[in-house]
Formats: sequence, structure tokens, C-alpha cells
Amino acid sequence: MTLYAVIFYVLAAIVVLSTLLAIIQRQVVNAVVCLIISFIATALLFYLLGAPFLAALEVIIYAGAIMVLFLFIVMTVKVESDEDAKAEIYRWLPAVVLAIISFIVGGVLIFEIPGSKISLNTGMASPATFGQFVFETYWFPVEIASFLLLIGLVGALYLGRRESRKESEDRP
Amino acid sequence: MIVPYGDMLLLAIILFLLGAVCSISRRNLLMILIGVEIMLNAAGLAFIAASLKWRLLDGQTFVLFIFAVAASEVAVGLALIVYSQRRTGSVNADQYNQMKG
Repeated sequence: MTLYAVIFYVLAAIVVLSTLLAIIQRQVVNAVVCLIISFIATALLFYLLGAPFLAALEVIIYAGAIMVLFLFIVMTVKVESDEDAKAEIYRWLPAVVLAIISFIVGGVLIFEIPGSKISLNTGMASPATFGQFVFETYWFPVEIASFLLLIGLVGALYLGRRESRKESEDRP
Repeated sequence: MIVPYGDMLLLAIILFLLGAVCSISRRNLLMILIGVEIMLNAAGLAFIAASLKWRLLDGQTFVLFIFAVAASEVAVGLALIVYSQRRTGSVNADQYNQMKG
């Protein structure tokens, strides 16, 4: 077992544990903080698997922008906790059982594939190579993605606007 | 040498199932959205592992688009949550049981 394998398993354990902690928290703020740890460990995994640019993007977009957005919304929205424990068991049980079954089936399926036990060599795609590849091969999906972000921005602005028509009618 | 490809896929499966369990069994709309984020992240991990296995950059490009989709999805989703909380006064998915305009 090489040093890279040790690093991989430690990071995988951190990711799984912090995600597990995040989904069982009752308070959304604690879940978001656990998820930030999970996303930073995932960024280190991305770096280990040879994607340094995507590791930086993971920290900036996921751990930075998205989670901070969640924190702001948690502060804005009033979250009530009226879940009783008995109904919660009935809600968790089917999901957990189905997840365990799919995990077993997926694990058997993965390790039946020939060649899935051979260790991969390390590799690194530098950001310059990656950017050149993206804009040479996938320039049109990049345009579509930017259009999607624009639509998301407009949609969020439209949904988040104040109902100002009634106020302006009330005013003389 | 890092670990086998199967171990990376197994980690991605575990993360995806954790996200799925979170968004199935929680009733808070914010936690449902967090579960969707975890699932998207697990999909990105599987793509990057495949990109390392086959030595192709296409997988990493897909992760770039997953990031774009996740960012716009969370922006619109959180705006929807704020909007419906303003309309009904609750972020609990069980409370939305009437289709009044």
C-alpha cells in the first residue's frame, strides 16, 4: 500500500464521516458546517486524482459560494423543528434499507467487472492543458452552461423580488 | 500508484446514497436541497475517477458542467424556498398540502 493509497483512504473516511454527520443533524446550520468539511476533503481527493483546477473550483464554488448561500438562507428563513421521533423512524427506515440494498448490488457489480482491482497510476492534468482542451473540444457546451447560469440568475431575481405592486397602489 | 478504480467508484456510490437518503427522508426543504448537492458532488467524483482511469480529459470537462448546473440549481432552488416560505410561512415539505393560488 503506497502513500497515495493511505491518503486516499484517509480522505475517503473523512468525506463519508462528515457527510454522514451532515445528514443526521437536526439543525441546518450544523449540517452546512459539516458539509464544508466534506467538500474541502473532496477537493483534496480531486487533487489526488489529477484534477487541480477542479479542486480549486470545488473549494471556491461548493465550499465557498453554495454553502455560504445556504447559510444566508438559513439565517433568513425561519426553520421550525416540529418533527416527532416516532414518525422519523418510519421515514428513515425505508430509505436506509433501500440504500443498503443498492450499495450491496452496486459493490458486487463493480467488483465483478474485470480490471477493477488494478491500481491506477497517478496523473495530473495541468490547468493550461485542461483549459485548452475545454475550449477546443467543448466550446459550445460552455456557451450553453453560461446561458444556463444567466437564466438561473434571472430566475432567482424574479422569484426573490418583493411584491411591490400592492405597496405602490397603497401609496398616493 | 493510487487505489483501484473500484474503490473510487465505491466511494462515489456511498456518497450518492448518503445524499439520496438525506433528500428522501428529511422533510426540511433546505435539507432536501443539501441532499441534491451531495449527490451532484458524488457524480463529479465518479467522473474524475473515470477520467483518471482512461486518461481522457472529457470526464473533467463534465465535472465543470456539473459545477455550473449545481450553482444555478442552488440559486433557483433557494429562491424558490424563500418564495414559498413567504407564501405559506413554512419550509416543511409536509405542510404544502393545498393547491390554493
